Amino acid sequence: MDWKNRDVISIRDFSREDIEFVLKTAERLERELKEKGHLDYATGKILATLFFEPSTRTRLSFESAMHRLGGSVIGFSEASSTSVRKGESLRDTIKTVEQYSDVIVIRHPKEGAARLAAEVADIPVINAGDGSNQHPTQTLLDLYTIKSAFGKIDGLRIGLLGDLKYGRTVHSLSEALTHYDVELYLISPELLRMPRHIVEELRERGIRVHETDDLEGVIGELDVLYATRIQKERFPDEQEYLKVKGSYVIDREVLKKAKETLKVMHPLPRVDEIHPSVDSSKHAIYFKQVFSGVPVRMALLGLTLGVL
Amino acid sequence: MAELKVTAIKEGTVIDHIPAGKGLKVIRILKLDRLNGGALLLAANVHSKKLGKKDIVKIEGRFLSEEEVNKIALIAPSATVNIVRDYKVAEKFKVEIPGEISGILKCANPNCVSNHEYTTPKFYVISREPLKVRCHYCERTMEEEEILTNL
Ligand SMILES: [Zn+2]
Repeated sequence: MDWKNRDVISIRDFSREDIEFVLKTAERLERELKEKGHLDYATGKILATLFFEPSTRTRLSFESAMHRLGGSVIGFSEASSTSVRKGESLRDTIKTVEQYSDVIVIRHPKEGAARLAAEVADIPVINAGDGSNQHPTQTLLDLYTIKSAFGKIDGLRIGLLGDLKYGRTVHSLSEALTHYDVELYLISPELLRMPRHIVEELRERGIRVHETDDLEGVIGELDVLYATRIQKERFPDEQEYLKVKGSYVIDREVLKKAKETLKVMHPLPRVDEIHPSVDSSKHAIYFKQVFSGVPVRMALLGLTLGVL
Repeated sequence: MAELKVTAIKEGTVIDHIPAGKGLKVIRILKLDRLNGGALLLAANVHSKKLGKKDIVKIEGRFLSEEEVNKIALIAPSATVNIVRDYKVAEKFKVEIPGEISGILKCANPNCVSNHEYTTPKFYVISREPLKVRCHYCERTMEEEEILTNL
């Protein structure tokens, strides 16, 4: 696969080979960065970060990655400060920005915006979230975090917890995990179960799937527990929400039932899905997960720029 | 009752076995309403052994390719196409749902970029039975009922 000029739009476009290659490149860059402190692969290259809706964490992670590769960054962090507010089309914004830069990172509230941007631009485009659709770099950094913790992904039992109905992160992650030999535990309240078509697709692709609403009942089986936020807006009444919320809090008490080696992940920001007392335990790897975003994004920027 | 004989054409294309009521839509999708030259005939609500009632479209002086005709597969999966030369059926084929659908279908997702920016909506057929397509842009899947209301 020729990576130079490739767009990174959807995890669906990635084969297992592609995923492994990105993870391996990220590993290499993380090592080199530790040794040298600063790299210069992207010297003279410019990244444009086009955030049509704000997402400070993702933007900072991409900008940090580009700086660590020796490149520089231009861009905007919300649409209101740009000509978009004056009604400029996405096509025109992309066509303009590509005159100033070598690679584009886009976040946009409309589903499919990154795909369209990639079609319009001659330079590579990386999707940093298009509405409720895709956020492939998050999925890749999740996989990278798992692989760093266990040295492998095959053979693991992975629990996805929380809002599995609307959660873009868990949809993409489970889709990506179909390339691996894993067992999935889908743990959610009845109201927020994983959509049927995704569960069917997972099973069709050979994944063993268990669905339950009982975290304590299955936590002892798991190698990875991936928690997500449950949003109040998803519930018809507050009573129901409070009842559900309480039963999915990961604290030291629940973790007594877990394997010693269980790792807890979360895409962050969290509200109170994970008690702060868990942060200092050997189970917590959610801050490592944040860190992983940098080498993974360095790998994607470097590969698509063709400078590695 | 014998099948109603619509005026035979000398040369052209006859699209038969269109579900009753869909004939006009077939004409629109194939842009036959903008034909100049030969006659265009629509027979609506014709008795059919297979379908009960059906529509038939006859286009004089023009031979539609399989690729063109496959555009109507979404609304008329039962349709058959006859290429007529010198009053005889020279070729006959059934429409087939193509692997990709471009331009004729609108995405049902109101937040899809294809409904807001200048694009040609495009869909990948992921299942024919039952019919299911995935939007090239927003990746949402649409099933038969949604597809029909968005044609
Ligand atoms: Zn769409």
